[in-house]
Amino acid sequence: MHFAFTEDQAAITEAAREMLVESCTPTDLRRLLASDEAFDTARWATIREMGLLGICVPEDQGGLGLDTIDLIGIAEAAGYVALPEPLIDQAGLIAPLLASLGGPVERVLASEILAIGHPANPFVTDADSAAALLLDHQGEVHLVARDTVTLIRMESFDPFRRLFRVEWTPSNATRVAGDWGDIVQRGQVLIAAQLIGLGQRCVDLAVAYAKDRQQFGKPIGSYQAIKHLVATAQVAIEFARPVVQAAAAELPLDNLASRTRAAHAKLAAARAADLAARTAVQVHGAMGMTWEVDVHFFLKRAMALKTAWSTPAADTATVIERMTTAPTGPAMTFASEVAQAAG
Amino acid sequence: MNLEYTPDQRAFRQEVREWMEANVPREKLPSFDLTREGFEAHRDWERKLNEGRWGMVTWPEELGGRGLDLIRWLIFEEEYYRAQAPTRVNQNGIFLLGPTLMEFGTPAQKARFLPRMAAGDDIWAQAWSEPGAGSDLAGVRSTCTRDGDHYVLSGQKIWSSRAVFADWAFGLFREPGSERHKGMSLILFPLDAPGVTRRPIERMDGEQVFAEVFLDEVRVPVTDRLGGEGEGWKVCMATAGFERGLLLRSPARYQHAASKLIALYQANKDRLPASMAERVAQSWMDADAYALAIYAMCSRLAAGGTIGLESSTNKIFWSELDMALAQTALDILGPYAELRGAELPGEWLDYWVFALAGPIYAGSNEIQRNIIAERMLGLPKG
Repeated sequence: MHFAFTEDQAAITEAAREMLVESCTPTDLRRLLASDEAFDTARWATIREMGLLGICVPEDQGGLGLDTIDLIGIAEAAGYVALPEPLIDQAGLIAPLLASLGGPVERVLASEILAIGHPANPFVTDADSAAALLLDHQGEVHLVARDTVTLIRMESFDPFRRLFRVEWTPSNATRVAGDWGDIVQRGQVLIAAQLIGLGQRCVDLAVAYAKDRQQFGKPIGSYQAIKHLVATAQVAIEFARPVVQAAAAELPLDNLASRTRAAHAKLAAARAADLAARTAVQVHGAMGMTWEVDVHFFLKRAMALKTAWSTPAADTATVIERMTTAPTGPAMTFASEVAQAAG
Repeated sequence: MNLEYTPDQRAFRQEVREWMEANVPREKLPSFDLTREGFEAHRDWERKLNEGRWGMVTWPEELGGRGLDLIRWLIFEEEYYRAQAPTRVNQNGIFLLGPTLMEFGTPAQKARFLPRMAAGDDIWAQAWSEPGAGSDLAGVRSTCTRDGDHYVLSGQKIWSSRAVFADWAFGLFREPGSERHKGMSLILFPLDAPGVTRRPIERMDGEQVFAEVFLDEVRVPVTDRLGGEGEGWKVCMATAGFERGLLLRSPARYQHAASKLIALYQANKDRLPASMAERVAQSWMDADAYALAIYAMCSRLAAGGTIGLESSTNKIFWSELDMALAQTALDILGPYAELRGAELPGEWLDYWVFALAGPIYAGSNEIQRNIIAERMLGLPKG
């Protein structure tokens, strides 16, 4: 039992985080928007050069041979900067899926984008920049080239989320797998990690503004009314993060308790991000409602990710089902124990 | 990152489980905050625990412990709550003063106090707050006047949990004329020493959970000062870290309560709206989230880390989850919640009354939020 990252895990996360924080500032986001792009080609090249796309790909297929837990800190960093590029989807979902079914994982490693259309999500993100799409037909996975499908753009509140409805025709030739494996749980956990990062960014923005903004002759951050708001949001983040990390570590168990942990992780992270985002708006006062202040980038992403891969209502139902049918209590903290107790 | 127990850890769990099954009293002990008999019954239980060498498993063997790590302490606590063993009457000693002695005590002090503490021979109370020094603890006015190799203690302490029946107390006193955080010392004194008067304070439910302690020229040897002279604030803050952050409220406590809440919900769910399941689920998730955070914290401490500002985030989280959990139980019980004495509702009512104090003791949640905002997030002092 050791609930902590290794030095290697911490080092790779820190390197990725530094690169993301440096290259993806709110100023960069605004520059991208001004140029009508949702994609920074230079950063995407760096992401490829750093080997981040292959973290969850086995070594004999050209990757680093690691797992979701190794990507979790990077997903948090991607949330923290509201990264426009689909690093986490490519590295955490699409690459390992392709690797597991002997698909063309080298295309992802070469930084080609593949989009994913799973029934848990009504829209396909980044389908326009994708070379191919992984789509669902009756629970089976199909791989189709983009030029064989019709994309209908749906506009998101988050300007960096490029959403599409996809019209296409399945065939035996496009079918690549009989099921999606544990992709939903992976999706939930990686979304949850991004939500933690988004929440932390909102708290940090609120703190920075509260130190600067003066009212009644003092920085508003010196007043307890403001302090307590941000402290409450920070507490929510602190107690969502370990759940997300545990969910990532327990993912390979693929049992009732680990699936429920993924649901809990997403509920807790969404709640924390939601609270932090609303707190950031409140602390900024009227400025918080404007386009000029950066808070909205993170608020919009948090709002969008909250329902990606699962809805809070469905996650709550999962939790209720588990707590009323499987053992709970002091000796049942970890999914491995619940599995043993249930025989 | 490895979230599975080792075979040794599993064997340890089994050992604790078997001992608890063989030794935990079948009948619930009478309250230790109401009568001397109840208090002594709990002391007897502490003695029995010590016979099994379960008094405080993390302490070194020569001081009455087993020299185990914090992960095993968590496992011990999990089995302790699972077995519904009696509440630790010496929690102020073993969970607060004990680790402080371990960090600041002289070898002689450790040898003198810790084995007796582990054995339940000395039950301890905390004597920090004063009528004029609550959240603002640096406002303490009780004094320790040096007289050769003795201190003379005078003043008034309040909200001393367990002090009605306890044997010893650890208190915060200042040199006459000193101000605020300077000149304070942490001093251990027997509660039956000449010049000590205890006055029980009745809690809203009639239990004598705490006492006022009046000190009128109480003489104690200088060797019963813990830590350096004038360094009492630093020593106290270390104790407060243990109190808020880890030892006082192990996650097993809330996980056990959450399990009972789930059972209560299951027994009543036919007449409850679906929304009640969501509240129960929230309590269960929060208890598990707290457990995961503490496992992560203990893993970090095992690797050489120290308790930092998470003592403040932890304290807010456990006290608020406990209050919500208790409130949900009362709401499930509905009109039965107010009944005293009746077995099931009564137990939850007691639980609720105790939870109500959670956001106040061990440093109010408002103060913890200030600490988080100022020291963790860097907002300016008001």
